[in-house]
Amino acid sequence: MIRDITIGQYYPGKSVLHSLDPRVKLIVTFWLIVVIFLCKSFFSLGLIALTAVAAAALSRVPAKMILKSLKPIVIILIFTAILNIFYTQGGETYFSWWKIEITEKGVNTAIFTMIRIVSLVVISSLLTYTTTPTMLTDALERILSPLKVFKIKVHTLAMMMTLALRFIPTLIEEIDRIMNAQKARGADLETGGLVERAKALVPIFIPLMVSAFRRAYELAFAMTCRCYTGGEGRTRMKQMKIALRDIIAIIFCAAITAGVIVLNHFFDAVI
Amino acid sequence: MSEKIIEFENVTFAYETEEEDAPVQFPALTDVSLTINKGEFVAVLGHNGSGKSTLAKLCNAILEPTKGKVTVKGIVPDTEEKADEVRRIVGMVFQNPDNQIVATIVEDDVAFGPENLGIEPAQIRKRVDDALKSVNMYEFRHREPHKLSGGQKQRVAIAGVIAMQTECIVLDEPTAMLDPKGREEVMQTVKRLNKEMGITVVLVTHFMDEAVQADRVVVVDGGRIVMNGKPREIFSNVEKLRSFGLDVPQSTELCHVLGIKEGVLDVDECVDEIARLAGGAL
Repeated sequence: MIRDITIGQYYPGKSVLHSLDPRVKLIVTFWLIVVIFLCKSFFSLGLIALTAVAAAALSRVPAKMILKSLKPIVIILIFTAILNIFYTQGGETYFSWWKIEITEKGVNTAIFTMIRIVSLVVISSLLTYTTTPTMLTDALERILSPLKVFKIKVHTLAMMMTLALRFIPTLIEEIDRIMNAQKARGADLETGGLVERAKALVPIFIPLMVSAFRRAYELAFAMTCRCYTGGEGRTRMKQMKIALRDIIAIIFCAAITAGVIVLNHFFDAVI
Repeated sequence: MSEKIIEFENVTFAYETEEEDAPVQFPALTDVSLTINKGEFVAVLGHNGSGKSTLAKLCNAILEPTKGKVTVKGIVPDTEEKADEVRRIVGMVFQNPDNQIVATIVEDDVAFGPENLGIEPAQIRKRVDDALKSVNMYEFRHREPHKLSGGQKQRVAIAGVIAMQTECIVLDEPTAMLDPKGREEVMQTVKRLNKEMGITVVLVTHFMDEAVQADRVVVVDGGRIVMNGKPREIFSNVEKLRSFGLDVPQSTELCHVLGIKEGVLDVDECVDEIARLAGGAL
């Protein structure tokens, strides 16, 4: 059933990762992503990869789901690996035929890049697995709120994101309904070439746009009725509080950063 | 007389559209005067295009009268600030539940109104929980609105107004898009708000069986108030109602056609009357 769709890929749970403050989670995730790109040796990258695995275990999200998030990047992984093997030259030659040479440095770089991408995806998908989209937009609003100084309407942006998320399932249902209505009138949506199919979508998107505008209009009315006047003077029911575990998470992150820098210094750089 | 909460004084409202550079006015309401008292349950009846929705929107300053004056507890909403004040007194529920739910989680949506009013977080929590309990949706507080039925969504929308603690709720055809079960759920909730919580209710509807449950029925036709009285008085006048393009509840009609009694309001009463006619118990 189309009604049953869940926005994002939140995996409900009660693990430590789930209960961390979303602001801290957001910052820590970006921090770790930066640290991934600071890694130069296999040892420092290994430390990050280990952190990613440990965090995944801590989140209690099934390994199957985490592997599923890696599926879309398999092609990218293979592609970058091949490019690195053939284009990075240096060190001992393992294999040579015609113009192709596979060298030690090429293989190392390929493996290094692959581990780097996988850690990146695992860490960032852990954020979306353990945080609801609403919590994420909320956290983003609060983190970016200092930008108010530059007259950037952070609250309005966050409200737009929340409303967009809220209306995704509604509009999907609407598309389904319009498609059925057009099919009932004899519209052919499944056959024909690319151009014909694109043309067949016009009678679906026009009603969708019209209804989306009508919905927006009514929603604006409803929001006015509920005394919405923008971000000024608004309070929030759900407060975000930094707990001890959040501080530990930040300290842990700092320790990993330090570890990466030290390991970079003592071991040979791969890249 | 009890305390007035909403007062219409000779209100005229016309929608304006631009046609060939000359503004054309479509009158939706003409010279309407109406008083809604505190604690009342008033049903506004009318067929499509009678102006009943316009009447509802004038109650909380969504629309401004072209002529005349709408007063809510002594406030005339002629500025944005005063309109906001009026909206703290009169809440509104619309027809389509999908287009009035703002958040992706039920309890966050109910909290939206109180958050806009700038209420303390702990206080909002309490209001939200109480509001959800009063519409029997407390168990659903962590659910996503799009996974609820129409009747449940509409009850969430009502809870959103209750949490704002308005003195009056205007419902603009809240059951028009619902199935019979959803309609029943919403009507039960509305009646409870009025009877148990003492909230003034203005219910705009075109369902006769809903209007019957009100304390007072106002019939609108062609932008004017044509009837205003107790349900029993209104529904005694079957022919007049018909002339406004309105039907009467089935039990009322049966008793009218049989010539037993005018102004019968529900099935039980109808059964009693027929039993009496038959001269025995049924």
